[in-house]
Amino acid sequence: MAEVKLTPNKEIDLKVEADVITPDEFAGKGKSEIEQLLVWQGPSQYPLSDFFDVEGEGGSSAEDTTIVINGDVSRVKLIGAKMTAGKIIVKGSTGMHVGSQMAGGEIVVEGDADSWPGMEMTGGVLHIKGNAGDHVGSAYRGSWHGMKGGRLIIDGNARSQIGGGMTGGEIIIGGSIENFCGIRQTGGLIVVKGNAIRAVGAEMSGGTIVIGGNIQKFTPGMQNEGEESDLEFEDIKCSGTFKKFRGDFAIAKNPKGIVYAGKETNPDL
Amino acid sequence: MAALIVKNGYVFDPLNEINGEVMDVFIKDGKIVSGLSEAEIKDAKVIDATGKTVMPGGVDSHTHIAGSKVNSGRFMRPEDHYKYNKPKTDITHSGCGETTKTVYLEGYEYAQMGYTTAFEAAVPPMKARHTHEEMRSIPMLDMGAYLVLGNNWFMMRYLKEGDMEKAAAYISWMMRAHKTYGIKCVNPAGVENWGWGENVSSLDEANIHFEITPREIIKGLCELNEELGIPMPMHLHANNLGHPGCYETTLESLAIPSKIKARQDLAVEWAETKIDPSRDRSIYLTHMQFNAFAGTSWRDFESGVKPLADYINKNEHVVIDSGCVPFGNATCMTGDGPSIHDIAVLTGGKWSNCDVDLECGSGVCPFTYLKNNPVHSVQWAMGLECLLLIDNPWQAIMTTDSPNGGPFTKYPIVMSWLMSNSFREQTFDECHKWANDRSELGGVDREMSLYDIAILTRANPAKTIGMVHRKGSLGIGADGDVTVYDIDPTKLDVNNHEELIRKFSRAAYTIKGGEIAVKDGEIVSLPNQRTYYSDITVDETAEKAMLADVKEWFRYYSIGFKHYPTPEKYLTNPTAINVNTEK
Repeated sequence: MAEVKLTPNKEIDLKVEADVITPDEFAGKGKSEIEQLLVWQGPSQYPLSDFFDVEGEGGSSAEDTTIVINGDVSRVKLIGAKMTAGKIIVKGSTGMHVGSQMAGGEIVVEGDADSWPGMEMTGGVLHIKGNAGDHVGSAYRGSWHGMKGGRLIIDGNARSQIGGGMTGGEIIIGGSIENFCGIRQTGGLIVVKGNAIRAVGAEMSGGTIVIGGNIQKFTPGMQNEGEESDLEFEDIKCSGTFKKFRGDFAIAKNPKGIVYAGKETNPDL
Repeated sequence: MAALIVKNGYVFDPLNEINGEVMDVFIKDGKIVSGLSEAEIKDAKVIDATGKTVMPGGVDSHTHIAGSKVNSGRFMRPEDHYKYNKPKTDITHSGCGETTKTVYLEGYEYAQMGYTTAFEAAVPPMKARHTHEEMRSIPMLDMGAYLVLGNNWFMMRYLKEGDMEKAAAYISWMMRAHKTYGIKCVNPAGVENWGWGENVSSLDEANIHFEITPREIIKGLCELNEELGIPMPMHLHANNLGHPGCYETTLESLAIPSKIKARQDLAVEWAETKIDPSRDRSIYLTHMQFNAFAGTSWRDFESGVKPLADYINKNEHVVIDSGCVPFGNATCMTGDGPSIHDIAVLTGGKWSNCDVDLECGSGVCPFTYLKNNPVHSVQWAMGLECLLLIDNPWQAIMTTDSPNGGPFTKYPIVMSWLMSNSFREQTFDECHKWANDRSELGGVDREMSLYDIAILTRANPAKTIGMVHRKGSLGIGADGDVTVYDIDPTKLDVNNHEELIRKFSRAAYTIKGGEIAVKDGEIVSLPNQRTYYSDITVDETAEKAMLADVKEWFRYYSIGFKHYPTPEKYLTNPTAINVNTEK
């Protein structure tokens, strides 16, 4: 397994769009070729080496290539976008659109991620050990076709519109979230261990959402279907007792969306 | 500007009945000439077109690329933009949008396919200023725009009262005021009813308040069109569009002007052509595919193209454009508000609707045509049927009603389906079986030639809209608009449709007004564009009386009268065409 190390070499002012930082692009390229890959900053293109010191070279294929980013890249967008294989480890925080449209491979972010991580992803694993912003695994603005496959894990908190338009795959969030989680969801699974503010599963017609903590304001178009305990979704287990709901009846006559809300954490439901 | 010689290519110029002859084309001062002097030849730029196909520049006679409904589409569809974008180059702007493109990209992408002329299909009078502002920002293309009049209060009032003199004066004044080119009629009488949440369902159903029927409006507008000698036939988007069974309404509508004689009265110097360049059609039906649905519901939906094509094959007064569906992303946008509402109910997605004061309405709705959808698959077949079942290519024009059936950038795919039976068969295998079961396309083995394609995409659109004095031919005196495709007709293999698509998508050269605009599919220069409009002569006293009516009803408008017309300064190289000067 070949490893390429990228070390940020300066403070970045205008954010950089670096969708070339993927194992797919690095595979088969030597150090100098990687340094010459072009990234956008505002209206201009610059070589990657303007922003990073490069060590090592790509493997023979994407699968054989690991990229380690040594430091904070919270002003670099689109890291790992559209990647299909291989691995990226970010030893800091990333900017927007990390793993956006990724189809395979693995990304680990040891710090936080800005908004849009795993937007419209179709496969692979994206693991963010810190917090994330809005639109985790969701559709791009204007579209209702969000994450289709793969797994997105956030150990900390995330904000709004998680899994918007999601049709498949899994999102697992260790902390709490804000509004409109699973809006327009038609498939897939979202598990949130902490709390949510409001509109969980708004306009959903399929898929499953599990909220372990408290939901401040519950979605009005949901109908109670009793209780279930110790949920299992293949390898994902949610222990405890949950109130089960179906919806969103505001959007469809016979919706198949399911929301589980922790029984003890939601005494008013 | 140095003269230009396109040397040694296989030339396809249907208006001059040139079918693949190896010839040179000479351009001087932006115009096609018969030859050059020795001194001029010495200085001339020479393009070696040996082994390549040479055609007049492409002409799109029906496309939606400018104005407020296109812009609504852009607002509504960020998702259409972020996956389809082009960076700037030294001479071009950046741009984005697969179906609702930025203005710059519209010009570039038409030119890259070898097109030099495009006419915007529907301008609500009040939105003319906006439309012109966009058109002047669309680079490279010569343009014009059709004025929507089928649900206009004044038009309906005069036609109901039978006051043809004022009606004619109104059309003449409106064309000049809004710098537009021809008459467009969208769902006549129906869009006015949509203001009340209604529609009309037959040609003889009178609408609310004006109590005028679609039949009366179509007849009236067709008569006025010929009385005024307008460059193009009345351009009709028929009633009931998009509803199963609508082909019957279309059939009836086409028969309405069957006895009206075409009269085109233009004070222009025609380019030299072997075929008479003047127009002989009295109705131009647009996006026939959307007007040709048969069946009674989506369950028994089928193609109704055959009966329409049979009628057109027997009746020379009709010309159509196809409105092909090449699958994939589209944005439906039309002046037919109620039909967009019906689409939005089907898709369950976002949509927008608009009522334009006393004039018309419009709607926008994103749409995706899927190969596994039975109805969409039939629509794909129907679009091709429109062009393949009509025997005379001079009665047909190839379009996708861009971006309603799909964006114009998919024209090369449509051309390849028309030329290659094996490509059609491959698509039958990939799409829903309804495409074959519910259309006649499977039984058609006609394969169009490059000559036919040149008729459908150049000669006939230009002839239909009365632009042969400049466009659609390589005759002496025509604009120096030439496309060179890297296709050797002697080695043409239509079974290799992928190569054909690639070559139609990226012209080897697009020459506009004698300037090389595109080389090997890349933009190399930005020739100036022009905007054409009709300046129609009518009797001054009728105009005065009509204007008094207009001013009286202007209290119902949301803008002041003096802000209504569009001054010429909104146009790039405004080019008036003097109409009705003989009378």
